[in-house]
Amino acid sequence: MALSRLSSRSKGISRPLSAAFSRSISTDTTPITIETSLPFTAHLCDPPSRSVESSTQELLSFFRTMALMRRMEIAADSLYKAKLIRGFCHLYDGQEAVAIGMEAAITKKDAIITAYRDHCIFLGRGGSLYEVFAELMGRQDGCSKGKGGSMHFYKKDSSFYGGHGIVGAQVPLGCGIAFAQKYSKEEAVTFAMYGDGAANQGQLFEALNISALWDLPSILVCENNHYGMGTAEWRAAKSPSYYKRGDYVPGLKVDGMDAFAVKQACKFAKEHALKNGPIILEMDTYRYHGHSMSDPGSTYRTRDEISGVRQERDPIERIKKLVLSHDLATEKELKDMEKEIRKEVDDAIAKAKDCPMPEPSELFTNVYVKGFGTESFGADRKEVKAALP
Amino acid sequence: MASLLGRFCRKLVVPGSAHGARMVSTTSSCGSETVKSLNLYSAINQALHIALETDPRSYVFGEDVGFGGVFRCTTGLAERFGKNRVFNTPLCEQGIVGFGIGLAAMGNRAVVEIQFADYIYPAFDQIVNEAAKFRYRSGNQFNCGGLTIRAPYGAVGHGGHYHSQSPEAFFCHVPGIKVVIPRSPREAKGLLLSSIRDPNPVVFFEPKWLYRQAVEEVPEHDYMIPLSEAEVIREGNDITLVGWGAQLTVMEQACLDAEKEGISCELIDLKTLLPWDKETVEASVKKTGRLLISHEAPVTGGFGAEISATILERCFLKLEAPVSRVCGLDTPFPLVFEPFYMPTKNKILDAIKSTVNY
Repeated sequence: MALSRLSSRSKGISRPLSAAFSRSISTDTTPITIETSLPFTAHLCDPPSRSVESSTQELLSFFRTMALMRRMEIAADSLYKAKLIRGFCHLYDGQEAVAIGMEAAITKKDAIITAYRDHCIFLGRGGSLYEVFAELMGRQDGCSKGKGGSMHFYKKDSSFYGGHGIVGAQVPLGCGIAFAQKYSKEEAVTFAMYGDGAANQGQLFEALNISALWDLPSILVCENNHYGMGTAEWRAAKSPSYYKRGDYVPGLKVDGMDAFAVKQACKFAKEHALKNGPIILEMDTYRYHGHSMSDPGSTYRTRDEISGVRQERDPIERIKKLVLSHDLATEKELKDMEKEIRKEVDDAIAKAKDCPMPEPSELFTNVYVKGFGTESFGADRKEVKAALP
Repeated sequence: MASLLGRFCRKLVVPGSAHGARMVSTTSSCGSETVKSLNLYSAINQALHIALETDPRSYVFGEDVGFGGVFRCTTGLAERFGKNRVFNTPLCEQGIVGFGIGLAAMGNRAVVEIQFADYIYPAFDQIVNEAAKFRYRSGNQFNCGGLTIRAPYGAVGHGGHYHSQSPEAFFCHVPGIKVVIPRSPREAKGLLLSSIRDPNPVVFFEPKWLYRQAVEEVPEHDYMIPLSEAEVIREGNDITLVGWGAQLTVMEQACLDAEKEGISCELIDLKTLLPWDKETVEASVKKTGRLLISHEAPVTGGFGAEISATILERCFLKLEAPVSRVCGLDTPFPLVFEPFYMPTKNKILDAIKSTVNY
């Protein structure tokens, strides 16, 4: 990967590394410019530059948050195997750069809506580890009160619209959110995320057409991890160039394992969407786990492929190398950071384990607006009474 | 017609768990009948093998069916019959079913798999507006009778909102299609072969809970179980219970418990929900005077309502108590609350007792 030669070193500023590191994240905002590993490929637009503006603080926080996300997903894996998490659990490890890069380019007023691989996006939007684990284990302090589970994380105050189980259903929703943002003149955009499997759903193209027709600030982000569950992209799509599938809608292909490329692309997309309407971003990324915890992930791809990606394109390793080459921290300091993260995750899990399950009465709440709609009575709740406004 | 055949086909069953009982085949069984102990997905797999073998113009397709499918129902089919007859489709239910309708309209047998019944809704328009009405609106010039849509349905213990739904009621409201739900491996094989060969489009829901759990002696030959014929799987005198699919296992447990309290229960497996065997249920209710229906889907608007209304019309004077429905609650299928939502054995037992003591 190309490293920038120009750095703060030439400015002669000396940074006391250990002091900067003692609080885990440097507050040093010395600007750094990073080159993305690959150029962007564009469809119907001019690609953004490969030089990404960043800072030492951002670089270190990228490392920390991504390591946190990775640790969280691995911990979820163990919890699932211990049957503390039940149901379905789709893990995001390998794809952290997409969540992180996107967050770095946008604000909490911009909306994100995604499919079921949503744990890290939720974390990126400001969710806490405790809420994540509580929700995964179905406890009442989970972000959806324990009623949603792994696939249904939401965070209203950060404009995170979840967490959807039905493939592709979130994209028209995302375009609707974008319409509302445009109507309210909020200068905000919506990132509607989906996978390469969902890219073949008809409703996506319906949503794209509507967005393009009405110039909505919607950004469709295809997280292309090359496998729709067990089906490789070339076996599901005639054209696996998902960034071009918008036809009349511009698109950009981005190296999804490079957090800075993602950041640059999202920044570019936001500017574009606010002026010109929808744009598609294809993030070329990879997931180490199988589709979900029930899928070993090795029946449709070779272990060599998985370990190859891990060795050559791992997003956290990339950031680590950048941190080390920019002398922002030593190996030991990073290892200490990782230990700290591990402890943070373990603490959150312990706390979540102690959290009680939701009250049985919660079974009937929120079916309709409180007080209206139907209420169930009787020993087996068979008596249903309609409460009219 | 149904009643005549119904009496012919109704067989006594040795009391015991429904899916473990041995039943004599009523259709083409000549000579020695070799049986093999199979679970539900293997029985369905066998049925698909036979269907593809006996009709060279039959096809199996859907998401991930090539390697055997997420529940292994389609194992070995692609290897044996080739990728031109058994193939994967992209992730688009509406497209898959529409494609199947077209294929069937050309006289082929299209066996479509929808990966989970919860995902069938994008295809709902195709099923309701196209498949169900094709023959009718073309004045019998065209039909898509060769279409069979298979989907795993029902609770599985931890499926949550989108891997546990029972959408059969939506489809029972559509004249033009048939809805079939087997209760066990042996039934599934026969019913699936009947469904595939039936000259009408059929939606075939498979109880996913039973894919591995239910094991039964299944004959290895090609046999079909007639559609639209309910079966009395347990005889009794005090109350009639009607159900389908995995729920019958729960109901049977309730029947056994009720028997200890001196209540004799008659249990009927509807098998085909649309068009359903009204005569068998009517005859049973005229004998017992009480009816209880149980299904996993929410009670309001569930198929139990249709059965209740029809039986009320036909057996009003013979009824000793109101028709009881023990069903899922009127909420979205919950995650952690699944045990509260489900129509469990105890709920059914309570309802049996209160109906009998009305």
